[in-house]
Amino acid sequence: MARYVTSKLLYTLLSLFILITATFFLMKAIPGDPFMSEKEVPAPIRARLEAQYGLDKPLMTQYVNYLGNIVQGDLGISMKKLNQEVGNIIGQTFGVSLRLGLIAVVVSTIVGVALGLLAALYHRKFIDSLVMVVAVIGIAVPSFVLASLLQYTFGLKLGLFPITGTKSLLGYVLPVMALSAGPIAYIARLTRSSMLEVLNADYIKTAKAKGLKWPAILWKHVIRNGILPVVTYVGPMTANVVTGSVVVERIFGIGGIGKVFVDSITNRDYTLIMGITLFYGIILMAARFITDIVYVLVDPRIKLTSGKEG
Amino acid sequence: MKKKSWMMLLTLVLVIGTVLAACGSAEETTTTDSGTPTETTTGEGATTEPATDANLAADQTLRLNLSAEPPTLDPAQAQDSQANTALRFMYEGLATIDADGNPAPGAAESWDISEDGLTYTFHMRQGATWNNGDPVTANDFVFAWQRALSPETVPAPVYAYQLYYIKGAEAFNTGETTDFSTVGVKAVDENTLEVTLANPTPYFLGLTSFYTYYPVHQATVEGNEAWAADASTMVTNGPFTLTTWVTGSEMGWTKNDKYWDAANIKLTNVTASIVNSGATETSQYQGGEIDYAGAPTGEIPTDQIQPLSEQLKDEFKLTDIASTYYYEFNTKEAPFNNAKIRKAFAMSIDRQALIDNVTKAGQTPAFGFVPTSIAGLNNQSFRDEHPDADYFKEDAAAAKTLLEEGMAEEGITTLPSITLLYNTSENHQKLALAVADMWKNNLGVEIQTKNEEWSVFLESRKTGNFQIARAGWSADYNDPMTFMDMFVTGGGNNNTGFANEEYDALIDAAYKGGNDPEKRMQDMAAAEKILVGDNMVIMPVYYYTQASLTKPYLKGVTTDFSGAINFTRAYLEQQ
Repeated sequence: MARYVTSKLLYTLLSLFILITATFFLMKAIPGDPFMSEKEVPAPIRARLEAQYGLDKPLMTQYVNYLGNIVQGDLGISMKKLNQEVGNIIGQTFGVSLRLGLIAVVVSTIVGVALGLLAALYHRKFIDSLVMVVAVIGIAVPSFVLASLLQYTFGLKLGLFPITGTKSLLGYVLPVMALSAGPIAYIARLTRSSMLEVLNADYIKTAKAKGLKWPAILWKHVIRNGILPVVTYVGPMTANVVTGSVVVERIFGIGGIGKVFVDSITNRDYTLIMGITLFYGIILMAARFITDIVYVLVDPRIKLTSGKEG
Repeated sequence: MKKKSWMMLLTLVLVIGTVLAACGSAEETTTTDSGTPTETTTGEGATTEPATDANLAADQTLRLNLSAEPPTLDPAQAQDSQANTALRFMYEGLATIDADGNPAPGAAESWDISEDGLTYTFHMRQGATWNNGDPVTANDFVFAWQRALSPETVPAPVYAYQLYYIKGAEAFNTGETTDFSTVGVKAVDENTLEVTLANPTPYFLGLTSFYTYYPVHQATVEGNEAWAADASTMVTNGPFTLTTWVTGSEMGWTKNDKYWDAANIKLTNVTASIVNSGATETSQYQGGEIDYAGAPTGEIPTDQIQPLSEQLKDEFKLTDIASTYYYEFNTKEAPFNNAKIRKAFAMSIDRQALIDNVTKAGQTPAFGFVPTSIAGLNNQSFRDEHPDADYFKEDAAAAKTLLEEGMAEEGITTLPSITLLYNTSENHQKLALAVADMWKNNLGVEIQTKNEEWSVFLESRKTGNFQIARAGWSADYNDPMTFMDMFVTGGGNNNTGFANEEYDALIDAAYKGGNDPEKRMQDMAAAEKILVGDNMVIMPVYYYTQASLTKPYLKGVTTDFSGAINFTRAYLEQQ
């Protein structure tokens, strides 16, 4: 296990290094810079700005300096949001996205598994079809359509929930619904097919033949085994959802990190782009790392010693 | 059969979804950023019946939405219209702009202007204080302006050039001299500020109400580098104090009881959500979450303008603003190095048809560069005194002839392939396609259209990597010069390659001729004729409007010539 964790960690660090390098050079390769605006900045002022932010130095020097700063844990200061540290911006906005995202993860896992289970148990019955139709819609309808639709119907027309903001608990309802729809649909389908497989397995028949009570079979054998694929999916999904959905944040006016990230790219806010990319990288890799570990713990069939990468 | 009906339902849902999606997705990104030093109301913005306390609502909290978070609230660093709205709550310059658009005493109680129009002596208002109780003195202004101009300031304030009207300011800012005493701003004593200008500038008083000219509190600025990034560390002198600032979510202001004119400030609180979606903002307004929607603080999606103007007739308003939408030609490259060919292109589109069918926001067709809301002399607009109809007329047949003449002059029989470049946005795309279609029908030329992301687009335009490109320009101050000085030879914003000595001479004369307003305006009109009428360096399309929604109970909101908005004297009536 220790060896497995160590090698995983090393791979993670290597991936992060590649991520930083690629992002850095790609970002510099895009035309434009942070000081670009419709109204031309007078040349002497522009030159001074570039010098102050170190953008006048050769690209390799900038790169090395940036790596040096990162190693010291310094993400720098935003070039557009003046005097605001990248670390602070990430901290403030990620908190918002995290809260919303975790609620969405919990909701979609519970609802998704429940729906998938229902569909599997009532295979080829009306409930099954209903769940699958809902699932297809959930996957097919883009979140900006769903979010706008929810906002228009439940926020504006019916007035049940606030149109924007998450100041009150009620404000979370619509964004969470919009964020969860896709994952719910995916998890429901995943659960359904995996449960069906398990339900038809010989050991379930054996259990039935032995006269075990159905709820016990369901809990001990069907769900435990059928849920494995969901575990694999929940890790990356969590990372995905908590890092903020640009669309949902924009539509519901939530000051999360997704919105900030997209704006930073439009603004060519170099330090902020790098900071958030790095942060996203860490979150995604951490999520994968944890998933791998959890997978091992849940499924004894997987052996670690072979050293294969998952 | 069962399966089929499921499929039907599914298809229906998806179709409805797609239709709804189309409704919500169009959003104009405002590409003309509006810095707005001086102000004049166009007349329709101000509804200032005096408020009697009897009909005031008990809760005087104004709720707004900002479509973007101001990147900074440091007056020296600010550059955008959101910061303009926010800073206006918090600061007050030497002059302010009254409801009629004229300069009125602000932090300065009165001023004297010398005969030659070069020296302004401002007398500071007695009893005006910062919100921590310190008096606002002439030194605060000297400090603020020196800070904005100083090459030592980090980061270098981009809008420092807004102060270049002051004698010696440019030399000090560019580092030609390090001696600030050469700059024409002096605190004669605590209460007297003397400002010397480089040239007589008729609009200078208006400029002093602009944010780059705001004072800052010296002890605060010197004590904390990041003082302007946090609500709790800002010391300000305006009618409101920033009390809440949650990054990316909301901002809130509370009335400043120490403000000298606090008796006339009716609002007790202002809150602003930060939502960058026109569709959401419109829903917020309709759902009663905000009291004002639309430009300049936010936006109303273009496709909602028509329906809203009918559904909410009494709340909806279109205001002419001092911005021009135009296409610019790269005059250095064939085929647009030929003036006749440029003219042919400009004459062969139907602007009114574009406005009626494509842009649909009541814009005015443009045949000149200076928009209709820019002031001229004698209370007339510049456009009224110098009508743009004289520059050229739409005439497809004449255009076709001109094109042939132009091609003959260049010795070509077919045009090279031509690409029209615009920045990515649904609205610019619609217009570009419609214009290309008109060119095809009227001139028989095939045009490619191409879009680029904003920064990439700016870079292409700046480096002359285009043939025809979309452009927009908005006023910095209420004078034709804010448009006309753009196309001088080698000007920083002149991407067209246009260079004309006569034009340069006229602009230079207008720069220096502040003491002869009549001639100055004529010089600028003559320059505009050279730019558009004679050379057609740019092809004007329309003068912008901005759409907004104001709740019937919200009064006292004023909009200036540029579309910038002032809520400080607003109040809420009982509903």
